[in-house]
Amino acid sequence: MKAVCWEGVNEVAVEQVPDPQLLNAQDAIVKVRRTVTCGSDLHLLGGYIPFMKRGDVLGHEFLGEIVEVGSEVRKHKVGDRVVVCSFISCGRCWYCEQGLFSCCDNGNTNPAITETLWGFAPGGCYGYSHALGGFAGSHAEYIRVPFADQGAFTVPDGVSDERALFASDSAPTGWMGADMAGIRPDDVVAVWGCGAVGQMAARAAMLLGAGRVIVIDRYDYRLQMAERVLGVETLNYERTDVGAELLERSGGRGPDVCIEAVGMEAHSPGPQFIYDQIKQQLRIESDRPIAVRDAIYNCRKGGSVFILGVFGGLVDKFPLGAVMNKGLTLRSAQQHGQRYIPMLLERMARDELITEHLATHVMPLSEAPRGYQMFQKKEDECVRAVFTP
Amino acid sequence: MRLVNWGSAAAVAAVGGAVARRLLGPNDGQWPPRSAAPSGEARWHVVTVNRPLDRITPSGGLPEPLAQLGDAVEVQLRPAPGDRGTEIAVRLRQGEPHGVAGAAARISGEDPRRALRAALRQAKQIAETGEVLSPDQPPTSRETLLNRPLEYATRHGREEGRL
Repeated sequence: MKAVCWEGVNEVAVEQVPDPQLLNAQDAIVKVRRTVTCGSDLHLLGGYIPFMKRGDVLGHEFLGEIVEVGSEVRKHKVGDRVVVCSFISCGRCWYCEQGLFSCCDNGNTNPAITETLWGFAPGGCYGYSHALGGFAGSHAEYIRVPFADQGAFTVPDGVSDERALFASDSAPTGWMGADMAGIRPDDVVAVWGCGAVGQMAARAAMLLGAGRVIVIDRYDYRLQMAERVLGVETLNYERTDVGAELLERSGGRGPDVCIEAVGMEAHSPGPQFIYDQIKQQLRIESDRPIAVRDAIYNCRKGGSVFILGVFGGLVDKFPLGAVMNKGLTLRSAQQHGQRYIPMLLERMARDELITEHLATHVMPLSEAPRGYQMFQKKEDECVRAVFTP
Repeated sequence: MRLVNWGSAAAVAAVGGAVARRLLGPNDGQWPPRSAAPSGEARWHVVTVNRPLDRITPSGGLPEPLAQLGDAVEVQLRPAPGDRGTEIAVRLRQGEPHGVAGAAARISGEDPRRALRAALRQAKQIAETGEVLSPDQPPTSRETLLNRPLEYATRHGREEGRL
């Protein structure tokens, strides 16, 4: 079958790879109908997560049709239209039972790597390096879905592929940030990053009762999209004193909740960007935590900061003094999608959650290298490139 | 607290024989026990399985991956606190390599802890999910000079780590 493979740093190619097979009784094989680029893929492309092998299939946010099921799959049958959570979780370990699905004990077939790096191993993830199990990604004609009863969700009639696609990752990730940050009615919520995850976090904040939601980015086209589609306030950090604006808009208190949806390749117009960029390129620090620093600095005393962006290793100049002295609550997670996806699909069916605007560029799988270039370089006002195998 | 100790009986269980099972009363208050391994120095390797004790050992024997280690290991089980299931502790009877010897054993692929870790992880997965999750096969990736260390790490993905 055709698949989009990582071929080296900033090299992506469409190749012929072996078809996936049922390997466990709880597996399903899904014929991919839509699969979408994610900002976190760019960390793989850029070589910032050094656990990729040449030929690994990329992609973790997808929707498709079940074409084969293992003997122990109970909830699904051939022909089901499903959206699949990007994280692979067993649903039965202690972490899954607590709703912490991305912390699953049994979803990662290479636990040694992340145990050594981070102390304990999270679950697996499609197309996201051998540190997270080395599972083939979704930018392919077919994909193997382990623990299919846990990770695949039937899409209700009336919810289009275009909309349901983002229930795989962007929407549950954003929702989780808003939910686990503990948003309360009338809170002021600031979101760093106006990509798909940032927009979904902002929308979730609104639906959870926030009084004011402010999204921060440097791309006007993304900010305008968020204003137009979501009805949120926006700030362009390249032209605005973000800290002063947030103070003005929060009665001088600072945002109650700050959500970081940027990750390890954050930008800044200030000298700290040059500092972090040099250190990252020299591998003295692995991640650029610029938006995390801003979120912590601007958050009100006793407020809540949630890190949604993907980080891989070590950061420098982490403002621990601000966290401690302001009494902040700092939380983070890879997405616990299985906890939210059924609810999100219902909200999509009721038109409470709109996502299809995020798919600014839709193209065949064969054009994926061009799609990744557009996405990476933000060409033609790209928010997300969607591939149709 | 109920403790269950399997020693060499594991080998017997593996071949389907009767399992010698000993319920231990309160020991020195430490769990796993601080007493020295029968021969050499060995740390307990412990996992918590999200299943009650009677589901881990439904037929009175050890879970199959641990039973296959036979005489090489000591195994202890106890209910985990807070309804978290069952703690399984395993250590090597003959001790485990340390320092330079440990590094050499790892490099040569003869580290006996590898089989122990793999068996513990498999036993936990089988008890919790009914099967051991297989890595994707056949792989789509190709081995290159640069990714050889990663190839090595993934070949031993369940055999290494902090467990």
